[in-house]
Amino acid sequence: MSTTAPDFNLRASGRVRRRQAVNRLSLLAASGSAVLAVAVLLLLIVSVIVKSAGALNLDFITQTPAAFGQTGGGIANALVGTGLLILVAMAMAVPIGVFAGIYTSEFARPGPSAIVRLVLDVLNGVPSIVIGIFIFGLLVVGHHQSGFAGSVALAIIMLPIIARSTQEVLALVPGTVKEAGLALGISRWRTFLAVVLPAAYGGIITATLLGVARVAGETAPLLFTSSIAPNTVTTNVSQALPSIPVTIFTYSESPNPEQHQQAWAAALVLIVFVLLISIVARLFAARARRRALGR
Amino acid sequence: MLAAGFCVVLVGLLAYKVFDQAGSAISTFGLGFLGNSTWNPVINKYGAADFIYGTAITTAISLALAAPLAIAIALYLTELAPRVLRTPIATLVEMLAAIPSVVIGLWGILVLGPFMQAHLEPWLHSVLGWIPLFDGDPSQVGLLSAILVLTIMVVPIVSAVTREIFVTCPPELKEGALALGATRWEMVRTVMLPYARSGIVGAVILGMGRAVGEAIAVTQVIGGTAGIHASLFGSGDTLASRIASQYQGATSNLQISSIAYLGAILLVIALIANLIARLIVSGVRRPRTGFAS
Repeated sequence: MSTTAPDFNLRASGRVRRRQAVNRLSLLAASGSAVLAVAVLLLLIVSVIVKSAGALNLDFITQTPAAFGQTGGGIANALVGTGLLILVAMAMAVPIGVFAGIYTSEFARPGPSAIVRLVLDVLNGVPSIVIGIFIFGLLVVGHHQSGFAGSVALAIIMLPIIARSTQEVLALVPGTVKEAGLALGISRWRTFLAVVLPAAYGGIITATLLGVARVAGETAPLLFTSSIAPNTVTTNVSQALPSIPVTIFTYSESPNPEQHQQAWAAALVLIVFVLLISIVARLFAARARRRALGR
Repeated sequence: MLAAGFCVVLVGLLAYKVFDQAGSAISTFGLGFLGNSTWNPVINKYGAADFIYGTAITTAISLALAAPLAIAIALYLTELAPRVLRTPIATLVEMLAAIPSVVIGLWGILVLGPFMQAHLEPWLHSVLGWIPLFDGDPSQVGLLSAILVLTIMVVPIVSAVTREIFVTCPPELKEGALALGATRWEMVRTVMLPYARSGIVGAVILGMGRAVGEAIAVTQVIGGTAGIHASLFGSGDTLASRIASQYQGATSNLQISSIAYLGAILLVIALIANLIARLIVSGVRRPRTGFAS
């Protein structure tokens, strides 16, 4: 029994222990932050689902808003209005955005390309309410609010998103493929049409969908351009069109609990639409990436 | 090409038209508009000081809350999360950015507001009431609600950009730190954070652009009253929310022009913030990724 225990010990102590504790604490905090973010998302979605339960039924999407003092009613007018606003905005923003994206990534010299990219980034950073003021001054002052003005405002918000995403997909198409086309003696434009565009086609659809997802919920640019709208289903874009985001906004400011419930239900419709589009866009993006890189 | 030229012209026209509409307010009030806190349609006098204060305080505090949270989330996603969970959690955080602001605002008034009045604000008051920020009567709407709503909207933006930068951090540097006996946190603190520092600054400025320009959700929860007071529990107004709340109420041309003036201030702030952020972020990404590969 003369063997003595070694006089050192492998358990952390003192400084090392403190360092390990700090380490564990900070990593725990990082994990906690991620949990918090996901929890907030779930809390939001669950609130919307729970609170809209009473108002969501077939009438809600097929009826127009109830007359003052009556109950029930729906948001059919806003659904049609939002659909129309988005379609008209797409008709303007998709061609311009896609062509601007093609130009900067395929045909422009580095200088002009950098300028256009910068301008698109700047446009992307302009607060949407300021775009509302711009279109108010351009198309509403001296005339009146119209669905067309609202669509133009939405198109301006879509434009940089579509152009930048188009650029990004086109940049994924390998240079060797383009060079192979050019080496066959085909012009740059034909090479682009026959080789680059088919590879990037899915990506351009993604770009469009991302743009739609972004503007579907935009309220601020519509306040000044298309907010004072009738309670009936209308497809006349020369008059103000009702829309889902503006409906949610006005109902949420109302003191009437029934309108609150309708606002929640409209929010649910909007969220489902936006998230579905985002998911489809992601799927297309993944496919486009595989395609562009040669399956 | 025509389309690209059109984009350039469009931005020019946008700036021109906003300043053009603000013209009569700019010539009437001049730069004094920025320092004047009257907003009175009855005597037709307008100033932006209260809203500049509201924008500054809500943006500053929401960024102070959002930045550490977002960096921590980016850290979790690049370093800690099990590989199978990384993409799903990153997607969920990005979905938070996809939720329309009007829906977050709706949640802000009807769910967050009552909770603030009943629980959070009384608690903050009892614990931190000696700080003027947390003094005053709890209420459903106010600056603090706006700050929390903005935080929710800014976190996903900052964390997405920060994550992209963390991913490009050269593994040999991280491994080097670990091999020297650093704990994981020490590796993060001494290698990853310094590496990503300027990128994070860019990301936060990008988030600032978003917070400054957010109109709808803030209008819904902030209460919409002019006035400068220290308490975060009281209501206020920001540049963007004042514009949004006046959309139907403007009566005189000078009032409309003053609203456009607020928009012009917003435009200038957003442009400067965005340009700085883009310069920093793109400046970081290009040389460093080249170095890492």
